[in-house]
Amino acid sequence: MRYSGFRILKEALTGHKGWTPQWRDPAPQASYDYIIVGGGGHGLATAYYLAKEFKQARIAVLEKGYLGGGNVGRNTTIIRSNYLLDGNEPFYEFSLKLWEGLEQDFNYNAMVSQRGIINLIHTDAARDAATRRGNAMIMNGADAELLTKEQVKVLYPFLNFDNNRFPIKGALMQRRGGTVRHDAVAWGYARGADSHGVDLIQNCEVTGMRIENGKILGVETSKGFIGAKKVGVAVAGSSSKVMAHAGMRLPMESHVLQAFVSEGLKPVIDGVMTFGAGHFYVSQSDKGGLVFGGDIDGYNSYAQRGNLPVIEDVIEGGMALMPMIGRARLLRAWGGIMDMSMDGSPIIDKTHIDGLYFNGGWCYGGFKATPASGWCFAHLLAKDEPHVTAKAYRFDRFLKGLMIDEKGQGAQPNLH
Amino acid sequence: MSQSNRIAGGQIDRSKTLRFHFDGLPYLGHPGDTLASALLANGVRLMGRSFKYHRPRGPISAGSEEPNALVELRAGARQEPNTRATVAELFDGLTAQSQNRWPSLKFDALAINDRFNSFFTAGFYYKTFMWPASFWEKVYEPIIRRAAGLGSLSKLEDPDTYDKGFLHCDILIIGAGPSGPSAALTAGRAGARVILADEDFRMGGRLNAETFALGDQSGADWATAAVAELSTMPNVRLLNRTTVVGAFDHGIYGAVERVSDHLPEPEAGKPRQTFWRIYSKRAILAGGATERPIAFENNDRPGIMLAGSLRAYANRWGVAVGDRAAIFTNNDDGLRTAVDLQAKGVDVVAVIDSREGGDLLSGIRHLRGAEVIDSDGRLGLSAITVRQANGKTETLKVNALGVSGGWNPNVNITSHHRSRPIWREDIAAFVPGSGEIANLLVAGAAGGTLSTHGALVTGDEMARLALDSLGLTAKAANLPKAEDAPVRITPMWYVEGSSRAWIDPQNDVTVKDIKLAHQENFTSVEHLKRYTTLGMATDQGKTGNVLGLAVMAGLTGKTIPETGTTIYRPPYTPVALGALGGRGRGREFKPFRLTPSHKWAEEQGAVFVEVGYWMRTQWVPKAAETEWRQSVDREVLATRKSVGICDVTTLGKIDIQGTDAGAFLDKVYANTFSTLAVGKCRYGLMLREDGMVFDDGTTARMGQHEYVMTTTTANAVTVFRHLEFCRQVLWPDMDVQLISTTEAWAQFSVAGPNARKLLQKVVDQDISDAAFPYMGAGNITVGGLRARLFRISFSGELAYEIAVPTRYGDAMIRKLMEAGAEFDAVVYGTEALGVMRIEKGHVAGNELNGTSTALNMGLGKMVSRKKDSIGMLLSQREGMTQADGLRLVGVKPVNPADALKAGSHFLKTGAAATAQNDDGWLTSLVYSPHLGHYIALGYLKNGTDRIGETMRAVNLLAGTDTPVEIVSPHFIDPEGERLRA
Amino acid sequence: MIINHPILGPRDAQEFVYLGDASLIHRPDGMTASIETFHDYTYLRDNPAGLHRELWYHEQGDRSWLVVTRNTVTHEITSVELARDVARAEGRSK
Repeated sequence: MRYSGFRILKEALTGHKGWTPQWRDPAPQASYDYIIVGGGGHGLATAYYLAKEFKQARIAVLEKGYLGGGNVGRNTTIIRSNYLLDGNEPFYEFSLKLWEGLEQDFNYNAMVSQRGIINLIHTDAARDAATRRGNAMIMNGADAELLTKEQVKVLYPFLNFDNNRFPIKGALMQRRGGTVRHDAVAWGYARGADSHGVDLIQNCEVTGMRIENGKILGVETSKGFIGAKKVGVAVAGSSSKVMAHAGMRLPMESHVLQAFVSEGLKPVIDGVMTFGAGHFYVSQSDKGGLVFGGDIDGYNSYAQRGNLPVIEDVIEGGMALMPMIGRARLLRAWGGIMDMSMDGSPIIDKTHIDGLYFNGGWCYGGFKATPASGWCFAHLLAKDEPHVTAKAYRFDRFLKGLMIDEKGQGAQPNLH
Repeated sequence: MSQSNRIAGGQIDRSKTLRFHFDGLPYLGHPGDTLASALLANGVRLMGRSFKYHRPRGPISAGSEEPNALVELRAGARQEPNTRATVAELFDGLTAQSQNRWPSLKFDALAINDRFNSFFTAGFYYKTFMWPASFWEKVYEPIIRRAAGLGSLSKLEDPDTYDKGFLHCDILIIGAGPSGPSAALTAGRAGARVILADEDFRMGGRLNAETFALGDQSGADWATAAVAELSTMPNVRLLNRTTVVGAFDHGIYGAVERVSDHLPEPEAGKPRQTFWRIYSKRAILAGGATERPIAFENNDRPGIMLAGSLRAYANRWGVAVGDRAAIFTNNDDGLRTAVDLQAKGVDVVAVIDSREGGDLLSGIRHLRGAEVIDSDGRLGLSAITVRQANGKTETLKVNALGVSGGWNPNVNITSHHRSRPIWREDIAAFVPGSGEIANLLVAGAAGGTLSTHGALVTGDEMARLALDSLGLTAKAANLPKAEDAPVRITPMWYVEGSSRAWIDPQNDVTVKDIKLAHQENFTSVEHLKRYTTLGMATDQGKTGNVLGLAVMAGLTGKTIPETGTTIYRPPYTPVALGALGGRGRGREFKPFRLTPSHKWAEEQGAVFVEVGYWMRTQWVPKAAETEWRQSVDREVLATRKSVGICDVTTLGKIDIQGTDAGAFLDKVYANTFSTLAVGKCRYGLMLREDGMVFDDGTTARMGQHEYVMTTTTANAVTVFRHLEFCRQVLWPDMDVQLISTTEAWAQFSVAGPNARKLLQKVVDQDISDAAFPYMGAGNITVGGLRARLFRISFSGELAYEIAVPTRYGDAMIRKLMEAGAEFDAVVYGTEALGVMRIEKGHVAGNELNGTSTALNMGLGKMVSRKKDSIGMLLSQREGMTQADGLRLVGVKPVNPADALKAGSHFLKTGAAATAQNDDGWLTSLVYSPHLGHYIALGYLKNGTDRIGETMRAVNLLAGTDTPVEIVSPHFIDPEGERLRA
Repeated sequence: MIINHPILGPRDAQEFVYLGDASLIHRPDGMTASIETFHDYTYLRDNPAGLHRELWYHEQGDRSWLVVTRNTVTHEITSVELARDVARAEGRSK
């Protein structure tokens, strides 16, 4: 069913009797050409583009829980393409461009809202780094501006400019950055994929892989064996668990990242802001909640919950930056499991097993990457060669010494 | 001004009258009131508006589960949005205003949304606002954002302070209804260290709201007596006004104590709130239960509330919400409200009991098998429509309706570790799953034991279990006799109808929305929540979640446990961000580290700069200097001409001793140190295991088995941690000991042609070139005081670093300046330091960026392949040894008058500014007063082979494009003659 | 979280710094190992959902490196040892 102004009007006047399910709940078939493991944002986007853009068929998405229940349903909704390195920036800029056309493309209002993102600058060295980054962004076709302290003051007069431990000296602004209604991204892709014939199979956990003579034949699931010519795994924090079924060890660790929302407030923060000196980033949702976060807890975890030290650290950062939020209240804290890679950048690559493909290692960056991740993974699955913007996201980059390390922290996942 | 709805009784102090204002109108109340009870006493039922439809809202509860009666409390910088009137303690002079309405609470223009409710269904936004494409961000969304949110922040800095504290106990007891004090008495009498915390200002929980007797006392009196006994026990800490908000790992709980929220403003020196981190060996959740409503058409009018809350207002606060009340119930507890209200003189018009058959209340019109099917009243309830068992409908004029759909145990905290509660059919409610949070026990209603007797007994039992596991012995309990009525409930969730029946009254989620979600296949509970926003309001679904779930279960034909439940997340109730931030605000956000010469520098009027947590001297302006460059240029020129002094204490210093110290350094440095002569220094390059440069610095051999390492300021902590890792974990049998001495030594660089002359006046030993040659190091004395001297140079001049014990640092800077007076010695700051190191071509922070190899820095030959060291092997990977990779180069403008900008990128002449043409970037930039133009360092592809090439430094952010020449990174004294002078 | 330090007793995890999998104890010899072997040591992890032996450093304390055995699903800690003892027992020396 296509959504339109006419349809909205008709349904409103006739008691909403005509709305149909946004996706089916099919039973799995015996085999598919493509199985995508993971019904989160990346898996659903992969299936959608595989069917729609790459004209492939006989596709299933297997999800162990409910669609969109992973990190796409528990992030801080930020989109941006303010990356530094050549391995990353073209990919994230491709993603941002896909975001910009997404709603018209899948006929679903995911509330893509480009209200701008600023990264605050506190030292001269940080300004030099922001200059380098801003130039890299522009040279990759993205937008960037360096704001002075006075320009930041016009945007956010209530920041703590004068009594701050780390003075605000300016900001790197990407005006095309912003936020998206995260759940709607999953649903939009799910609905789109379903309408192109993709079988979305919920409550179907992959419990094993059938591999013979170096080739994958299908997956064992909680709903029985399902055959496949190609299997693409896009399960974020569960990557190591799922790929262990193929005997693979990955260059990544799973870590919990907490995120927070305040009670609903009348608008105070228009865009997205990051406070590097204090591990804090914030935006305000269309419902009025301040959505914010900071660092990962720092220890391997699959628990989807964190502990007080990071909660307090993040909110200290918020209070240091904006002492006017002291009387707003924290409504809810939650945790998602990040697939923290060894250089802070993702992998979209074939494996050594014929027909088995992998997409993961997204660290904090998974949400904003969703459209391009799906597109590039679909490209790899359909054509057996990487998309031009995702060429660097290879497994063997660590063996070859071609790491894509934005933060320069080396082989320690919890520092990325 | 009259308290028209105030009736007899209650736990308020009628001897005192408090004045307060709501929406500008004056009212009176009493100590013991909440804002909600006082407003209700004054006949005010309308207190807010709903989020989406802006429907009139009054309180539905008398506690922290309240979704409706949210106000902006206080004014000015202390304005608190979304404050639940039902828990805001009344104080004299309180002011509050309604929120999310315009222009007034009674006339709210956005109530127009309610007229268009047939559009604003669940999921409406996802299907629309897409045409034309550009209108979403330009037109629709700005309108939606403007209307969003509930209350407003003042945008002013919060004037109050917040504290944090740590508490330790044997047993934490959460909640002080009947079960909590029962547990606390048993535990306290046994000598355990107990904390009893309750969110209310008055302990007792439901006992304060009931008319039950406990033994020969009223429930409230029993609670008072129990608290009095507990307060005499030195091993028991009572925390009222304290909400335990979250269960974390290993027995750690977070709790917020509202120290001053019941006062007009905090007393001097007192915080507004304190956030406690409680470390408990055992915890007992005694958090009670929360009543849930039954949905029916237009069930959201002010005056319709939970039956137990209606009863609480009458019993605890002496307030009749209305003079004509009715009760709608599916269980026996609802009947209690009818009986209590009638006893208080309220006209109970009818009890509408959805259950068929059974006993009837005497003296009250008790309709069995009946339902409330609609209500009326524009800004508050005026009538309900009842359908009796025989199908006959009847309209009853009432201005208060109590609704009881049963009680939900407050399982909230038990699911903070993501375990799901389990359904108990007999009480039609979820109870905690067992054992998911280690050492957490559950007592009373929170565990599904809903009678007072059961609460007392389970409280005592859980305390005994906890005591026993801790090796403590409980004494015999003496529990009073209390009511022990069974739960009699026939689940009934909503009354079928054609209009809207609210489930989440704040977010305006109705039965219709749940039906639509079902129709569109959003049937998983998580999808239901996210699609309809059910349970995402400020109350996090405390009253509505189970109801919504039950409606969905009915639609899918599954049972409630099959349908599942969403998980409660911390915090239990919303927590002020100020409390979680504590004292870490403003200048106190992070500690300041001050160098030993800080006081002296301050006296000279130095300008300081943040370097991590350190404050370092950036430059020291002289009177006539108006621009910072004047000061920096002078400091550089004076140093190179004569002598300059810089506090370099911030560099990390590590003493390394032991018979394997040299071998150890060979492992952790890329170059070799075991061959270094005693009394000499060497520049060391340290790699990470992935082959990237980690850190650099000079390390001196002070004795056969004794080295002193210096690190960069930024990596002082991480290098030390890394060395400990190597020593303890990788090579545990090496005889090597480490200690960080960064803070033990005050260290000064003395640089310039006259450095030796100056120092010779200060030190006791001969430091002539022969006695103390270039790269020499040794223990010396300064007027008899032990000191260390290193002949090393970052500036490229003849230079030393001299270290004295930190407590002599202030004396040392004064002595050096005094001795330097005849040489016109200057102190130079970090800016001049930066100028001189770039003039000399030394790498620092901007080049040591974690992604650079020794090869990139032009130091590739330093990585010895004759020995194993951290990072040696992986630095040889093909991607890191490419011949045309990045190399450190020097840069100068072709036109000496041109300014440059660090962070600019290198492009060939004529090349378009694209990523494909990007040849590198300019890392560090300074103005060289010697050369009279800007100079810079940069990383350039294949840079070593491109010395002499003319390129462009392009800064697209500023629109500049400047011709530059690539030169050697050594701008001054490339042969190093000055160093060895 | 609370880490029961073998020398100092229970301490808040906030006093510690986390490194990662205790497999990092087994550093190959750079003079003899292949780049492949070193790559596996440096970059690949089991990353289990369940028991995990991991390295923590008592930075705000006695500077001990510890091997903590912790369940990554429940966060329950079942053993805490001095990393030096573990390393020696597993064959590390000089």
